[in-house]
Amino acid sequence: MSTVEHTPSESAPDAQTWVDVQASDDFAQLKHRLRKFVFPVSGLFLAWYLLYVLLADYAHGFMSTKVFGNINVGLIFGLLQFVSTFVITTLYVRHANKNLDPLAEKLRGEIEGDGK
Amino acid sequence: MNESSPILNISIFGVFVLITLFVVIRASRNTKTAADYLAAGRAFTGPQNGIAIAGDYLSAASFLGIAGAIAINGYDGFLYSIGFLVAWLIALLLVAELLRNTGKYTMGDVLSFRMRQRPVRAAAATSTMAVSFFYLLAQMAGAGGLVALLLGITGSGGQALVIAVVGALMIAYVLIGGMKGTTWVQIIKAVLLIAGAGIMTVWVLGKYGFNLSTLLGAAVDNAPKAGEKLLGPGLAYGKNGTTKLDFLSLALALVLGTAGLPHILMRFYTVPTAKEARRSVVWAIWLIGIFYLFTLVLGYGAGALVGPDKINGAPGKANSAAPLLALELGGPILLGLIAAVAFATILAVVAGLTITASASFAHDIYANIIKKGQAEDKDSEVKVARITAVVIGLVSIGGGIVANGQNIAFLVALAFAVAASANLPTILYSLFWKRFNTSGALWSIYGGLAVTITLIVLSPAVSGQPTSMFKNSDFALFPLSNPGIVSIPVAFLLGYIGTILSREKADPIKQAEMEVRSLTGAGAEKAIAH
Repeated sequence: MSTVEHTPSESAPDAQTWVDVQASDDFAQLKHRLRKFVFPVSGLFLAWYLLYVLLADYAHGFMSTKVFGNINVGLIFGLLQFVSTFVITTLYVRHANKNLDPLAEKLRGEIEGDGK
Repeated sequence: MNESSPILNISIFGVFVLITLFVVIRASRNTKTAADYLAAGRAFTGPQNGIAIAGDYLSAASFLGIAGAIAINGYDGFLYSIGFLVAWLIALLLVAELLRNTGKYTMGDVLSFRMRQRPVRAAAATSTMAVSFFYLLAQMAGAGGLVALLLGITGSGGQALVIAVVGALMIAYVLIGGMKGTTWVQIIKAVLLIAGAGIMTVWVLGKYGFNLSTLLGAAVDNAPKAGEKLLGPGLAYGKNGTTKLDFLSLALALVLGTAGLPHILMRFYTVPTAKEARRSVVWAIWLIGIFYLFTLVLGYGAGALVGPDKINGAPGKANSAAPLLALELGGPILLGLIAAVAFATILAVVAGLTITASASFAHDIYANIIKKGQAEDKDSEVKVARITAVVIGLVSIGGGIVANGQNIAFLVALAFAVAASANLPTILYSLFWKRFNTSGALWSIYGGLAVTITLIVLSPAVSGQPTSMFKNSDFALFPLSNPGIVSIPVAFLLGYIGTILSREKADPIKQAEMEVRSLTGAGAEKAIAH
């Protein structure tokens, strides 16, 4: 098994450090917080996108229903895809700043600090 | 009626080239190491990189293609832009930060992290080159069509000359400026493109009392053939069951392809931390989203003010919708500006693709496979990258001349399908699936690549139709032009089967290192201070 350079910046943490950190409670917590957000949200937006595509593909009549003026259901749904994308982006950034970054920073300090 | 003026168009484009060359030369003064040349010293800020990502992503196909598709096909053109935008959530949530934390220059860094280096790097480099090549070909072929429209050069010899000039300029940018220079070109181009589209959008809306409904009504009135159908879905893809399925397949490739595009992934290495990588995606999402809202107005605006018949009658067909709208609104000067922006778009995207493909060759194949990670000095990696850039540049000039006149959207869709099938499954498995191993990675990359290309070759896009590449023969055994609906699930499945069938166990220590590094950023490549 070759282990080609991963260019550790200064003092490289050894293999045991990675295994220990991976087994630590803090890391389990960080991983849980990340996955608990990104997996369901990814499922959600993909399902919503797929629903939209299927409607646009197979429900022409429904999508062409006018709501007001020349604005129809299809256009509103399409614009809602933009809105949901912007909203998810904002929510994720808030989640990451508040719940992920501090913990990641703490762990990073522990790993890089003294190579414990 | 105003007339397009080729000399004016060329002069404005010339000014753009001079300014960007100046910036590129200035930016290159600090380029010394491989990290400088291939990752811009990791010193760009999130917002800068976000603008550059928008510059890389909003290709000529996005700008001219989508506006044109909306002008001609109405709502179905709009569907494209939604797939292109929503796709960014995958990059934001699942890929960007983890990739930044574990890699160095290329996609291969991440895919091979905990696998046997040489086979996986070779596979990653192969699919990087394949995606970049198809994408390059699309841009170069697009340059030919654009030239016909904007400069009035219709002869194939003249167009070939312009493709060669575009290619030569791009080689110069990449050779001189490396990643830093290329990034600045992307930033300048993105600002010009988004500002130009924004001004035109306000202009168009102003003509209709800032009422979208009135604008849509005007577009319908000016399209006697399509009429009301312009506002609902189905005009382009709703003909029959096959075209509907083809659209579904395309929609899948669009949404899953973006996070597997190597030239986009490489941009995440130009920032100092994962947090900056996140900020850059956020900036990119807002800019790209707003830009696509502009194209919605521009597309319907072109339909309303220029009209589909006139657009279809112009040399570039649908691609000429945005330039013709500019001519209609602001006369030859605005047309010249928009034309220059469109050229700049091709130039910048081509430069970004070239540096990605050359980085993959220099870093994955030369430094890590041929030299087994022990290149005597880091300068040789940069040297190889520069030589590769010239070779790729020459090949894409040749390819662009041959592919001139081919369907651009088809070539771009091909690049997205390969990215979604060969790259994305492998990236997601290696980041999130503990058991994933070398054999799984090879199965998903090579399998995804092979299935995608086979289905494309057997598709009606290549043979059997009047619009095919080979009109006079028919070996189209696969009914769809877009392979994604088959190739993406197959690639995910192959990655899974390859993993469980192999007796090789995933390396638990490397897996621990990769997972901890990807989430915490410990040991990640640092920015270089000059």
